Amino acid sequence: MLGRTANGLYWMFRYIERAENSARLIDAGLRMSLTRSEATEDDWDGVLQSSGVRDIYDDLYPALTSADAIDFLLRDKSNPSSVMSCIDSGRNNARMVRTALTRETWEATNECWLDLKTMLARRVKPADLPEAIDAIKRKTALIRGAFHGTMLRNEIFNFSRIGTFIERADNTARILDVKYYVLLPAVSQVGSSIDNVQWESILRSVSAHRSYGWVYEAEYKPSNIADFLILNGRMPRSLAYCYDKIVSNLGYLAREYGEGHAAHATAEGTLSSLRSHSIKDVMDQGLHEYIENFINHNNRLGQEISDGYRFN
Amino acid sequence: MTKKGITPLAFDEMMNADNSPRQPYSTYNDWYAAQDKARLIAKSREAENIFRKTGITFAVYGHADSSEKLIPFDLIPRIISGREWRKLAQGIEQRVIALNAFLDDIYHKQEIIKAGRVPRELIERNVAFLPQMIGFRPPGGVYTHIVGTDIVRTGEDQFYVLEDNARTPSGVSYMLENRETMMQMFPELFHQNRVRPVENYPYLLRHSLASLAPPGCEGKPRVAVLTPGIYNSAYYEHAFLADMMGVELVEGSDLRVIDGKVKMRTTRGYEAIDVLYRRVDDDYLDPLTFKPESALGVPGIMDVYRAGNITIANAPGTGICDDKAIYSYMPEIVEFYTGRKALLENVPTWRCSEADSLKYVLENLADLVVKEVHGSGGYGMLVGPTASKKERTLFAEKLKARPANYIAQPTLSLSTVPILVNKGIAPRHVDLRPYVLVSDKVQIIPGGLTRVALKAGSLVVNSSQGGGTKDTWVLED
Repeated sequence: MLGRTANGLYWMFRYIERAENSARLIDAGLRMSLTRSEATEDDWDGVLQSSGVRDIYDDLYPALTSADAIDFLLRDKSNPSSVMSCIDSGRNNARMVRTALTRETWEATNECWLDLKTMLARRVKPADLPEAIDAIKRKTALIRGAFHGTMLRNEIFNFSRIGTFIERADNTARILDVKYYVLLPAVSQVGSSIDNVQWESILRSVSAHRSYGWVYEAEYKPSNIADFLILNGRMPRSLAYCYDKIVSNLGYLAREYGEGHAAHATAEGTLSSLRSHSIKDVMDQGLHEYIENFINHNNRLGQEISDGYRFN
Repeated sequence: MTKKGITPLAFDEMMNADNSPRQPYSTYNDWYAAQDKARLIAKSREAENIFRKTGITFAVYGHADSSEKLIPFDLIPRIISGREWRKLAQGIEQRVIALNAFLDDIYHKQEIIKAGRVPRELIERNVAFLPQMIGFRPPGGVYTHIVGTDIVRTGEDQFYVLEDNARTPSGVSYMLENRETMMQMFPELFHQNRVRPVENYPYLLRHSLASLAPPGCEGKPRVAVLTPGIYNSAYYEHAFLADMMGVELVEGSDLRVIDGKVKMRTTRGYEAIDVLYRRVDDDYLDPLTFKPESALGVPGIMDVYRAGNITIANAPGTGICDDKAIYSYMPEIVEFYTGRKALLENVPTWRCSEADSLKYVLENLADLVVKEVHGSGGYGMLVGPTASKKERTLFAEKLKARPANYIAQPTLSLSTVPILVNKGIAPRHVDLRPYVLVSDKVQIIPGGLTRVALKAGSLVVNSSQGGGTKDTWVLED
């Protein structure tokens, strides 16, 4: 397989994952502004920071307002992480690797792009936002469904999955990085309504506000939330789950190619640390430092995969 | 056919003047008569959706906003009888054989020049003539592996070759997708009519290419398609063909010359390519030999080629056959190399480089079609009868300034085939591009791409100028 094709698959799925994540962040932001009487700009500041685009926003807009922030996250072409930018880039990568995709996967991607291009052609009215966010989730889910239902489980599949989970791990880690302070036992006042809103918002950003309840019996507790997002191997957006998938997909490649790369050791190292630590260890080490360290390692892994498999 | 806007007396391929169907359309016509017209219109929309969803698009240069467009598809097929096709195929085969012999000759002994049949300067000063090819013979002696011969019809037995596409004929993916769409939408038509298949084209193409592997190829030949990338107007077709053939789709940035071979960067390291079906123009193929700024090609590929370690299809330097001034010599060229008169006629052509012809062309501009010798895609041409007086005056100035850049032809009354319109059917002018594969044999795919001018009366069928396409049937009879 061409190195450029592997690169295209990896980025196609990173971008689609990121589009979904941006939609989810907007959703969480909206929810927060609905549940609080005095919605503050801080809420949207957190969302923009989680998406890593606060600086770009400040260059373009004089002030932080929820309408501008939503538009910027949804459809601004100058924001590389906006939903529309991600779908554009994802689909361009899909066109590039089209010969590696099943017809169903390509068509789902192309349709997603066609539909969102129409839907996001102009500013979305506040009343239409829930439907728009729903549509983004639905269209990207269709890509995922077509991909899982039709693709051969070969190297093409592996590179695609690796892209998905590197991006997802990065997204979850960024949310934690921005909001880590509300999870620190010292700062939070357990039971206060402000904290409850913040915690729920974190869980919503990773579509886990329902499943959290199933695992930890409803009661919001900062260390449980951190545990869920970082260490819980059953939670599909947790760092541990992402690394379990990255390691297994890299493992398939190593077996098929008969050789491994630096990336394999890096990924396995991260996974074993995620498996061996308890949330208490993480908190003792310092949540913030832990997350920063993780993001750096995750970036390094991306680079090692690109080098090892000759993406460029 | 004297409907408003249609050239009077244009030959209609479906209906006779007395409104009875022509023989190849007799079965189809019965089917059509029994159809609910509203259902056909709905099917037409369904076809468009299939094309949009699949992403069968092309890019129109100069339209930043609408970078991907659909070529309209009309669902009334263009039907050619077996007898008509056999005649056409013989003429095409003769012509393609002559084109290859001509290319071999101009890059070697140049006997046709010595015999005084084609002027030396027309060849040696031609921008499409590549001195780098002099004295080099590609594997199997094949220069044009894939040819598209554009044909127009003006009467029951009157066919003309409009132009030869020996460089990189495009559009074959539409031939395949049009057939696929028709079979999906109207399977019953393929039970009622015995239509010769075109869907094995990718298989034939792959085998044809692999059979011309270079002498330096070890083992099973590895074929790849070279594309300029996703922003090229025909990218869809490049990806489609690579996919259907089961070969890699590569870009210049994937390739590198290593140890005298062209190799592609894979996830396991560099692997050799033996046959490159390139959809990149000569000028961009090798920055060391041609345009130094080209990022689309492979530095050093021409050396590998000349050393016999890769086959490039089509061979560099074949584009000279697409030149419309060379075209005007095709009757001589065919006769010179095959020893027989050309079976397929050329459209009478005035070379504006010749003073007498230029004079005639300027005096009769209102009746002629004037084309640039290196033009393609319907750009830069004048259709005299439909042009305004002002357009003709402006064009006359261009002609006088650079006469050798133009040729002129009479405005042919192209045949028509009906298209589906809201009120039923209406005749529109068409042309035909059959596809030909050359290896140790010449294979002509029974069918091809029928392009249709969608505007009533228009003679311009190019997709870049608002033309559409039809499925093209050659009947088994």
